Amino acid sequence: MSGHASNYQPKSAFGKWFHERLPIMDMVQGQALDFPTPKNLNYFWTFGGILAVMLVIQIVTGVVLVMHYTPHVDMAFNSVEHIMRDVNSGWLLRYMHANGASMFFIAVYIHMFRGMYYGSYKAPREVLWMIGVLIYLVMMATAFMGYVLPWGQMSFWGAKVITNLFSAIPFVGDSLTTMLWGGYSVDNPTLNRFFSLHYLLPFVIAGLVVLHIWALHVVGNNNPTGVSVKSPQDTVPFSPYYTVKDAFAIVIFLMFYAAWVFFAPNYLGHAINYQEANPLVTPAHIVPEWYYLPFYAILRAIPDKLGGVIAMFGSILILFALPWLDTSKVRSGNYRPIFKQFFWLFVLNCIILGFAGSGAPDNYFLSHEAAPPDQWALTYKLVGQISTAYYFAHFLVILPLLGLLETPKPLPASISDAVLAKNHPSTVAVPAE
Amino acid sequence: MSTAEHAETNRRDFLYIATGSVAAVGAALAVWPFINQMNPDASVLALASVEVDLAPIAEGQEITIKWRGNPVFIRHRLPAEIEAAGKVAVSDLKDPLARNANLPDGDPATGANRVVGGKEQYLVMMGVCTHLGCVPIGNEGEYAVVEGNVKHGGWFCPCHGSNYDTAGRIRKGPAPENLHIPQYAYLSDTKIRIG
Repeated sequence: MSGHASNYQPKSAFGKWFHERLPIMDMVQGQALDFPTPKNLNYFWTFGGILAVMLVIQIVTGVVLVMHYTPHVDMAFNSVEHIMRDVNSGWLLRYMHANGASMFFIAVYIHMFRGMYYGSYKAPREVLWMIGVLIYLVMMATAFMGYVLPWGQMSFWGAKVITNLFSAIPFVGDSLTTMLWGGYSVDNPTLNRFFSLHYLLPFVIAGLVVLHIWALHVVGNNNPTGVSVKSPQDTVPFSPYYTVKDAFAIVIFLMFYAAWVFFAPNYLGHAINYQEANPLVTPAHIVPEWYYLPFYAILRAIPDKLGGVIAMFGSILILFALPWLDTSKVRSGNYRPIFKQFFWLFVLNCIILGFAGSGAPDNYFLSHEAAPPDQWALTYKLVGQISTAYYFAHFLVILPLLGLLETPKPLPASISDAVLAKNHPSTVAVPAE
Repeated sequence: MSTAEHAETNRRDFLYIATGSVAAVGAALAVWPFINQMNPDASVLALASVEVDLAPIAEGQEITIKWRGNPVFIRHRLPAEIEAAGKVAVSDLKDPLARNANLPDGDPATGANRVVGGKEQYLVMMGVCTHLGCVPIGNEGEYAVVEGNVKHGGWFCPCHGSNYDTAGRIRKGPAPENLHIPQYAYLSDTKIRIG
């Protein structure tokens, strides 16, 4: 890793001996303890650390759950019930893992929106951002395959619908789907390979996280002003300043997580997944987990099968192009008065997309009542279509134009100036009131 | 690099490229078993046919059997359902192809082409929506034959709202194709083998 030279000095004879053979403590000191970090990072910057903790929790709970789980269509569902009823603390481990996935996504969405608001994807952090998008994609694949493993009704039908997306690909679609399934339907071979990959991918994520942090440490942290670090006065060492700040945020986040695990462990799931998978009966209403709902809404918004699939994947892949779609040179939304409003509109739109993906397409929006066919009505589908159009417009029209049309506010000369201006608005002493 | 230098290193370049090509081909060949293992295995292929006795299925009744892990609908249709299916012009269909594995690929989706051997009373088709693979619900949807407040025939997919008519042809909704008809043959008047 580059970006900061360490002044690590081994203190003991063994330390010196080891350092000459593997300078790992040098790296720890340079990259983790002494790493110069902008002094004005707010709590939105703690979500990277929170995500690292969530990844570790998912891997640890996952590894122990595998000790009791059986990946076979005849036994998978029962082995999950066995974990819930018989295995010591099995209920806790499973609830931690299942809710951990949701917490992971909450944290990653905040982390991504943070990057979008403060322009953390802009030069020189494009590669850092793109590795992040890649991590998010692998996360989605991992979570999807994990949800199939309990082999409930929603597991099965979710798997069937999502793998069927690939059948929309012209010419090779059907053979590709058969290959993904290892048969003519989602069945035992499918469950086995999903299990294998669900175990593998978290370690791939861990590898990508190393690259993500490496890329971060080459260019350094962005910060709420978006102004680059100009002098050592703009920074503080990562430890203890940010190890403590991150640790505090992690504890708060873990409390939030524990509240779900202990008081509403099934709230984010679907009751019908406690019914064993039945390949002959589709549940009346299939929905993915909450963290996929916006993308599900985009899929359903396009009336054509292939078009829907392209729009859905496009909605994620467009994030790779974000550094070049945003034409503004100013990073932080704090200094972009119009962008700031569009940013919050975009966040709101993503939430609306989530709701649009949650109901039956032809029901009135936010209702269980079916709308009359062949007549205008504000249905889940229509709301999804409007929101999908806005989602793409944000990236393809609003961001490119805003950078050219908007007049940003004046930027502070440096991070230190911004911090001083905030805490001491005037150098002249103000009399106490 | 100048052309003169290039001429000097020509032979070595050739060797590098030739060696590299052989290695690339070898690597590609070595990858194949790792991909091919994902295809249906021998035990999955071995389950590829099933025999069904149609005699116990009463008129207007439908059974669902499992074949290759998927549901197959076998419906003993009422004359009204057959008539309704026969009346539709192929040009009015969303998918004009028969999608019948027992007929040549390009055949039109007429009522008669949706069954085998002219036995229009028995409709045999995959219970797999051609949109994203859900199982459609029978005697439902906008294209069923309605008698009073009872619906006969017709299918409706609960996932994304595809409507199929009394011959299992897509009429409305996101599904691109008619419900597929598997390969099957009559062993006797009332017995079929699927697959």
